[in-house]
Amino acid sequence: MNSRLMFLRNGKVITGLVILGFFTLLALFGPWLAPYDPNQVSDALLSPPSAAHWLGTDHTGRDILSQLVVGTRGVLVVGLVAGVSATVVGVLVGVTAGFVGGVGDESLSALSNMFLVIPQLPLIILIAAQLPSAGGLTVALVIGATGWAWGARVLRAQTLSLRKRDFVEAARANGERTWRLVLAEVMPNLTAVIASGFVGTVTFAVLSQVTLSFIGITPVSEWNWGTILFWAQNNLALQRGAWWWFVPAGACIALLGMALTLVNFGIDEIVNPRLRSTGLHARSLRRRGIRPRVGFTPVVREARP
Amino acid sequence: MRFLLRRVLFYALTAWAAITINFFIPRLLPGDPVTALMGRMQGRIDSQAEHSLRVLFGLDQDTSMGQQYVEYWGLLLRGDLGLSFTHFPTPVADIVNQSLPWTVGLVGVATIIAFVIGSLVGTFLGWRRGTWADGLLPVATFFQAVPYFWLGLITIAVLSVNLGWFPSSGSYDRGLVPEFTGEFIGSVIYYGFLPALTVVLSSVAGWVLGMRNMMVTVSSEDYVTVAHAKGLAERQVILGYAARNAVLPQVSSFALSLGFVVGGTLIMEMVFSYQGIGYALYQAVSTHDYPLMQGCFLVITLSVLVANMVADLAYALLDPRTRTEDR
Repeated sequence: MNSRLMFLRNGKVITGLVILGFFTLLALFGPWLAPYDPNQVSDALLSPPSAAHWLGTDHTGRDILSQLVVGTRGVLVVGLVAGVSATVVGVLVGVTAGFVGGVGDESLSALSNMFLVIPQLPLIILIAAQLPSAGGLTVALVIGATGWAWGARVLRAQTLSLRKRDFVEAARANGERTWRLVLAEVMPNLTAVIASGFVGTVTFAVLSQVTLSFIGITPVSEWNWGTILFWAQNNLALQRGAWWWFVPAGACIALLGMALTLVNFGIDEIVNPRLRSTGLHARSLRRRGIRPRVGFTPVVREARP
Repeated sequence: MRFLLRRVLFYALTAWAAITINFFIPRLLPGDPVTALMGRMQGRIDSQAEHSLRVLFGLDQDTSMGQQYVEYWGLLLRGDLGLSFTHFPTPVADIVNQSLPWTVGLVGVATIIAFVIGSLVGTFLGWRRGTWADGLLPVATFFQAVPYFWLGLITIAVLSVNLGWFPSSGSYDRGLVPEFTGEFIGSVIYYGFLPALTVVLSSVAGWVLGMRNMMVTVSSEDYVTVAHAKGLAERQVILGYAARNAVLPQVSSFALSLGFVVGGTLIMEMVFSYQGIGYALYQAVSTHDYPLMQGCFLVITLSVLVANMVADLAYALLDPRTRTEDR
């Protein structure tokens, strides 16, 4: 309970979660919140931000803010689906490899190392470009199918260090079955690692999907932030100086990515207390006149009020 | 030696896997995009080239999968990757050969610069943790979260369109003949500056954060305390004791991040119309040129594997533990 509270007290995590919440709301209610239909053409061609169009319009007079708002759902759904599918595969492969050991472990970790070394983006492009219809969900599944290896590797290492611990040995001596050892003894101790892997995969999935839309692999009629950049790039937004066309979409991607990274930092600080005591309290340490020095990990305990 | 042998074996296995994936993808996916294109090209493809395309894409329905696989390997070993549909009748191997050096140069230079700068900055940040230096972390996070191509768009908009300092596309002045002269090399550097800058900007953050976290972990180790207690100069402790050990995981994670950096660089080439393999891949995707796509993937993957092997070799040289391990 204590560590869970600490997770929520962390400033980075709060910032990250607030931003994520904002985008989730946009994804849920986007189509109703958008001021215009994102496909509706108008006479205001390529106009800079104004009261009528807060983020300006594109080359056919479509409202860019509406495209951004409506496109949020596409981005988040793909991130979520890809993150969940990659995490499921990663947990299956990683925990199995770490728990069974021997030949099974060798071959499973060789498999995940292979997927780590083969560059993912070209592989995703190769698969997505040959599919008859590469819609959002298809792309999400392709990303999930190729992006599980990192999580599997970390989980395997963690499982290896857990499976010889005393509490697992004790459970085994009690005659617990293997699946119960894994589910009840090992898995709960992997929660933080799984969560951080999930968040990392979602970040990667969002970046990949936006990139795929940008180079025009996903159907351009499906709105997401990459589609906006696709239209901007193909209609010379840069050369025409239409900054309102490509800056907001990129800023949204960066903001979402940052939010996810911040949440991951929070998880990392729970897993690695050294990062916590140095990162979290930097300001309070300085206020107390404690200068963190080499070789010492300062530990500060707040007195109970 | 044992370590290296294991690694070489692993890379051989991975190369085999990549080639096999490349073999199965067009066969397993639903739909047959190639047949239609082949039909359109029918009159213009001579029979031998058509045969090799059939083998590469599994359009050969008469033969068994196993036989197709053997034939496929035969073609690859002879360097035959089929004909490109877009740049008809240029063989894919030729296009790949022309564009690969550009990509290798761009990725190589940018990655080395990013690695060196990132590790140095990370060393500093890790040492000065808990001071104002921690304020740089959010900046690094931001650059890590930005997609490569968007940063490319922004640098083009600012440095090329608005300020006019650098060209926004291409890889050398078209008026020059590619040869080894000072003028041509200067032009290559001038044109390559922006793409390289964007790759460095977006990949440096990962190295900074990795190195910083490793420094934080390493600087609590006993040997660092001992070095301090001996009264060594701060600089010597940082570089000779802490950073030297902290950089090892950086080198071993080099291999894993390389694929990511390469992916980003490919997209960057698309943005800058830089004539590397990423641009070739982009053209292949937008014109449904499947032989070229397959060829690009294969060559990119094999190059990444070779680069990984070099990184492993460097790791073996740096870390004595890999040499004494007698497993």
